[in-house]
Amino acid sequence: MKRMSWFNVTSLTLGFAFLYLPMLVLIFYSFNASKLVTVWAGFSVRWYGELLQNEAFLDAAWVTLKVAVISSSIATVLGTMAAYVLVRGGRFMGRTLFSGMIYAPLVMPEVITGLSLLLLFIGIGLDRGVLTIVLAHTTFSMCYVSVVVSSRLVSFDRSLEEAALDLGSTPWEAFRLVTLPIIAPAVISGWLLAFTLSLDDLVIASFTAGPAATTLPIKIFSAVRLGVSPEINALSTIMILIVTIGVVTASLVTKQGVIRAQKEAQAAERAPV
Amino acid sequence: MRRFALIAIPYLWLVLLFLAPFLIVLKISLSDAALAIPPYAPTLKDGIGTLIAELDFENFVFLTQDDLYWKAYLSSLRIALISTLLTLLVGYPIAYGMAKAPDEWRATLMMVVILPFWTSFLIRVYAWMGILSNEGLLNQLLIWLGLIGEPLTILNTNTAVYIGIVYTYLPFMILPIYAALDRLDASLDEAAQDLGCTRTQAFWLVTIPLSKNGIVAGCFLVFIPALGEFVIPSLLGGSGTLMIGKVLWEEFFNNRDWPVASAVAIILLLILVIPIVLFQRNQQKQQEAEQ
Repeated sequence: MKRMSWFNVTSLTLGFAFLYLPMLVLIFYSFNASKLVTVWAGFSVRWYGELLQNEAFLDAAWVTLKVAVISSSIATVLGTMAAYVLVRGGRFMGRTLFSGMIYAPLVMPEVITGLSLLLLFIGIGLDRGVLTIVLAHTTFSMCYVSVVVSSRLVSFDRSLEEAALDLGSTPWEAFRLVTLPIIAPAVISGWLLAFTLSLDDLVIASFTAGPAATTLPIKIFSAVRLGVSPEINALSTIMILIVTIGVVTASLVTKQGVIRAQKEAQAAERAPV
Repeated sequence: MRRFALIAIPYLWLVLLFLAPFLIVLKISLSDAALAIPPYAPTLKDGIGTLIAELDFENFVFLTQDDLYWKAYLSSLRIALISTLLTLLVGYPIAYGMAKAPDEWRATLMMVVILPFWTSFLIRVYAWMGILSNEGLLNQLLIWLGLIGEPLTILNTNTAVYIGIVYTYLPFMILPIYAALDRLDASLDEAAQDLGCTRTQAFWLVTIPLSKNGIVAGCFLVFIPALGEFVIPSLLGGSGTLMIGKVLWEEFFNNRDWPVASAVAIILLLILVIPIVLFQRNQQKQQEAEQ
């Protein structure tokens, strides 16, 4: 095993302390009995109780979840289609414009995306609500999905698809039976990315949401603007916990998959031909 | 037929929900504000002829005449630039430490860096509000240590904005630098030391130049989103923090001046085009170098 120099150990320790301490402080104060966030007055789960009774937050959480599930699912389908077209589609009219429209939203400042979509919705007279947030989120997250999926499509052996076509598959069968299983991990990460982006988005949702539908980040933002509050700390703790469990589980599952694949490869090598 | 549908569906979606809205912004930025619903003139109802005849660059001229917008653009550029450099200073040692860590730690370290990225951006910014405020943890700590007598005002200043940007965008800086350092052949560093370089010299003369691509990519990944940032300046910044994303938001929601807000958006995009094109070139060069 390589020994690490004191410099590297220090920089990693300080770096990770910087990344994690603020969130640990936030979690710690969510269990504070006092309304004043900065004064410790003993352990209490009071704010979690109040949070669960706050209907406005619960409603917003439900809207956010609904928007995230619907928009990330549509975005995954559209993004995968777009990636397939870009990588395998060959030449067609307006290809440059198409790839431009896929990459531009990734670097577009959120305020501009939000403003432009709002002006469109007002222009065509669409009432702002869940539908408009879903449309907005689908549009920017499909571009992220498409980038993730196309990096996987580029790296895999095209002859596998061609073999399926040679053996009599229709293009759709070749896609469903050969391509899709191979790119599935990328499609799943694309969906997860789209889902988190949607859960997280404040700016675009603020422009495209109407009085009829408020998402959780909008709710949090307007509460936080007035200052720090223990209820928001409790809510943040719950959200951090969910994400941590999700990411750790996902990485353990991938790790096991890698180990299994290695074992299978070793077994295959050892097997008599 | 199927191929046509495959291309047409995502294509149409993007034309309708990305390109068309963008053209609307462009059009409104050339219109005049009006006391109507929607609050600008001319609209399509006036007929195509009048519509085209009445478009002008008045809003852009207005932007150049009002000091506020100049200051906001310049101060966004300055804040984005300074915080990008700070992120590099904080991020490089972490990426370097990760690259030198034993192999069996790598996956875990990677996860530890990526985890904050999946946590809500808003929450990560909010976490600093409690720490940096006058009665916050940082001031309590500094007073307890006896370093300061009076609490420092950090929240609602540009310093807080720098801290917020460095904190939230740090993974974007670490990951590309780590990727570059990971690919680096350790024997090059050894060779430099065998040939008489001290460790520090070898670091500056060999490691830094060879990780240049990672550094450049990381800096763009921080600079580009930081320039249009809205959440960080509005939560951590003060009334003196001018950033263009915040100005656009206020112009639209508070002043309800849609044409000026649209013009601000168009100019922000024009400023962003330069770093984006440079970034693309850097990525292409890197890909060609790898092949």
